[in-house]
Amino acid sequence: MAQSLAKEFTKGLWAEIPPFRLVLGLCPVLAVTKSVENGIGMGVATTFVLVFSNLLISLLRNVIPSKVRIACFIVIIATFVTIVELVMQAYTYELFLKLGIFIPLIVVNCIVLGRAEAFASKNGPVLSVADGLGIGLGFTLSLAALGAVREFIGNGTLTIWEGLPVFEMGGNFLPFQFMIEAPGAFVGLGLMLCLMNLIGKK
Amino acid sequence: MGDLFVLAISCIFINNILLAQFLGNCPFLGTSKKMETAVGMAMAVVFVLVMAGIITWIVDVYLLKALNVEYLRTVSFILVIASLVQFVEMFLKKSIPGLYAGLGIFLPLITTNCAVMGVCLINIKEEYTFVQATVSSFAYAVGFGLALILFAGVRERINLARVPKPLQDTSIGLVTAGIIALTFMSFKGMV
Repeated sequence: MAQSLAKEFTKGLWAEIPPFRLVLGLCPVLAVTKSVENGIGMGVATTFVLVFSNLLISLLRNVIPSKVRIACFIVIIATFVTIVELVMQAYTYELFLKLGIFIPLIVVNCIVLGRAEAFASKNGPVLSVADGLGIGLGFTLSLAALGAVREFIGNGTLTIWEGLPVFEMGGNFLPFQFMIEAPGAFVGLGLMLCLMNLIGKK
Repeated sequence: MGDLFVLAISCIFINNILLAQFLGNCPFLGTSKKMETAVGMAMAVVFVLVMAGIITWIVDVYLLKALNVEYLRTVSFILVIASLVQFVEMFLKKSIPGLYAGLGIFLPLITTNCAVMGVCLINIKEEYTFVQATVSSFAYAVGFGLALILFAGVRERINLARVPKPLQDTSIGLVTAGIIALTFMSFKGMV
């Protein structure tokens, strides 16, 4: 049991890490990774939704009729997204404003629905939570990594939380603003994917 | 009238839904390998997005705001979109089978296309009037179709080229999308 738990958890971190291995849920990945901080915020919000929707769906998996399952899944996911939205509005308002419409859009994030359909609707609650945590953590790490690359090259800083620069380049550094703008997101993600393919080949 | 024209232009080119706002990227990469599927997806999105934009605007103004339950926006919008897609699918199957054959498999995919939900939310966030919301929904959808079809054309050409192995498929697709996004950025000074 413990072994399979660990397996479900760790597969989200490398073997099936979204969005690299499963090319799903690209929109928030591209849009919010202007800085590490935004990336982590988005990742944590998505992880919360993933874990709890996985848990509830796997508890209800024998009750939900298979013909209307997608509609049921979406309503369950939308409920947790609303919770995240309200909590973020109350406690982390600035981050909420920065992430904007991408918080409500977690509803249509293919990763969440994909895990519900592919995993939670077929497995028990404990395994489903492990799966949700693993995939969510992998997603957060990818967002943070892409955010770090873009923020470092495009702005010369690395910020973890609330405008607290952990690292800043000296005055001679000329930021390559392309990376912060829209095209930089596509190119950055494409090149990271290429790097993953190179490493993964071994 | 002039304002609406400016709004349409800025929605199609400057704030292009795919390349500047990053919405709807999953179908963008998924259906752009062949021109045929790209055209089908683009048409399905135009069709559904205009209807979804209009209906969600009405729901928001006359139902959610009137009853003061705006926190239900996410849940109600996704339900409206999902049932609309189902309804459109049934309607087309019965009355316009030709169009259904063309759009068929793309319609269910649209429920989880964040471009549709995203535009509905943008319409509300920018506090557009009914006419503005209709124009912006249509223009965003046209922008989606334009970018998707352009990208599919480029991607078909890439298939003929020799791409280094680690860069193949999605990776080179993303880099190409970045370069197309760069060209769209040059529209920024227009309005």
